Amino acid sequence: MTAFPDALEITGPTPGQQLRRRMFGHQGFMIGAVFLVLLVIIALLAPVLAPHDPYAQSLSNRMVRPVFMGGTWEHPLGTDHLGRDYLSRLIYGARVSLMIGAVAALISGTIGTALGVAAGYFGGRVDAVVTFLINVRLAMPVVLVALAVVAILGGSLSVVIGVLGLLLWDRFAVVMRASTLQIRGREFVAAARAVGCSTPRILLSEIMPNIVNNLIVVVTLEMAHAILLEAALSFLGVGVQPPTPSWGLMVSEGKNMMLFEPWLVLIPGAVLFVLVLAINLMGDGLRDVTAPENRN
Amino acid sequence: MLRFILKRLGLALLVALTVSFISFSLLFLSGDPAIAIAGESANAEDVAAIRALYGFDRPMMVQYGDWLWHALQFDFGVSYYFRLPVADLIAERLSVTMTLGVCGIVFALLIAVPLGVIAAIRPNSLIDRIALFLSVAGQAMPSFWFGLILIVIFAIQLRILPASGADTWQHFIMPTIVLGYYAMPAIMRLTRAGMLEVLSADYIRTARAKGASEGRVLFKHALRNAIIPVVSLAAVQMGFMLGGSIVVESVFALHGAGYLAWESIGRNDLPTVQALILVFALFYIVFTFLADVLNAWLDPRMRSA
Repeated sequence: MTAFPDALEITGPTPGQQLRRRMFGHQGFMIGAVFLVLLVIIALLAPVLAPHDPYAQSLSNRMVRPVFMGGTWEHPLGTDHLGRDYLSRLIYGARVSLMIGAVAALISGTIGTALGVAAGYFGGRVDAVVTFLINVRLAMPVVLVALAVVAILGGSLSVVIGVLGLLLWDRFAVVMRASTLQIRGREFVAAARAVGCSTPRILLSEIMPNIVNNLIVVVTLEMAHAILLEAALSFLGVGVQPPTPSWGLMVSEGKNMMLFEPWLVLIPGAVLFVLVLAINLMGDGLRDVTAPENRN
Repeated sequence: MLRFILKRLGLALLVALTVSFISFSLLFLSGDPAIAIAGESANAEDVAAIRALYGFDRPMMVQYGDWLWHALQFDFGVSYYFRLPVADLIAERLSVTMTLGVCGIVFALLIAVPLGVIAAIRPNSLIDRIALFLSVAGQAMPSFWFGLILIVIFAIQLRILPASGADTWQHFIMPTIVLGYYAMPAIMRLTRAGMLEVLSADYIRTARAKGASEGRVLFKHALRNAIIPVVSLAAVQMGFMLGGSIVVESVFALHGAGYLAWESIGRNDLPTVQALILVFALFYIVFTFLADVLNAWLDPRMRSA
């Protein structure tokens, strides 16, 4: 007979286990995650999955309708105004969207986190300057400034990514500042300071681990934001340039034939919608499971 | 209260000044604006003449000071393309954008506030779930795509609404829906959260206990308090919407200030682009300032912030 219950029974599941359990139990998060993983796999395997070369034109095969509208399986989603296979362009377009979203979020996340954490931790003048910068950034009309800069510097993938990365750091700064403010007065931060930890060390190993959950939530939301903005810029003709397969560009190219072939516009827009919806569902789900006080 | 207003006003002016400098510096991103204006076929003499004509040969800070001095008097220079004063061009187009912005925010409020209230009264009900879905979908739907879908349905298939232009009030219906839809999710979430919080407050229980009717409790006691933050959010959203109307205006060929910005960017008409960035930024600054003051007036606790 044992007088003591198992150690596991006393401690129960670890916070990590609880978090994973909540994640797998969250409907929205799981739906979003499954779709996102699927789209990432499609983007990675684009050369294997695409039935045709996304750049190969065929002027005798222009605007073939998709298979569900009387087309053939040769081009399951039809062809565009230059006879390029629509499905292949959509598959390669996933690469463009995901890459822009990820890299732009990385750039803006780095800027915003640095500013936000510095403002929250140091307070005083640093905080005043950062808050001012956030105000200035919020006052700039994003679409207009991005359009102007891309038009001046010339539209290319790297310019679009750079401009979006430099413009979308505001939410990172706001959220990271607020999160750091909540953490910096806690005992373990004071303890770290008392034992003589250097400031960079406190920031990296005491502050950061405690705000990284909030950071991930903002990363997902800003990724979605960047993807939507790239599509809008490309749609307006001042983003990624043809013949790159960008979903926003595909909508723009299909717009002229919209009267007779509305599917040219509907399909790429729907795919864009699904991708952004998946990312947002995941981000909202993450916010729910990581911050129980935010539920409802 | 006066101290709060003055402080906020000073901050707003400083932000406006910084934005003006940034929008002015954009011109210099291209390297030499004179070459951009002259075009590729121009020779060195033409470029030099243009440089002298527009004053590009002066130091950048002198040019900025000059530009700002004139901008303060609503003189934004002459459009390279139209050969007309930029201020007149913008003034002419701004009424369309303002109309669209006001219609958009009214539409968003009319849909989002009732939905948010119902969702808060009956959490997890069907309506709550529909409202949640609408707000999640609203954030994910590309605005230009939403606009094109409406055109396909209402202008091409049903033929009941005009697809482009700004001549009659019917022309504004679809742009209003598209623009307003994007302000909805935030307003709805805030209304719902505010109502949920207020409805669990003690004074609501008191009101119910003394026998006030449910309608009176909801609208007179609860909504009045829950709506305060929504009003200021709506003002901020209005500032965002004016800046974001560029996409909507180009989809529906609505000749407002956003459309002018899009055209001017395509034509390398930099004075117009600079002025429009500044004007849209000023709108945002003014609306957020008003929202802050409104908040402080309605809720004295905010004045210390």
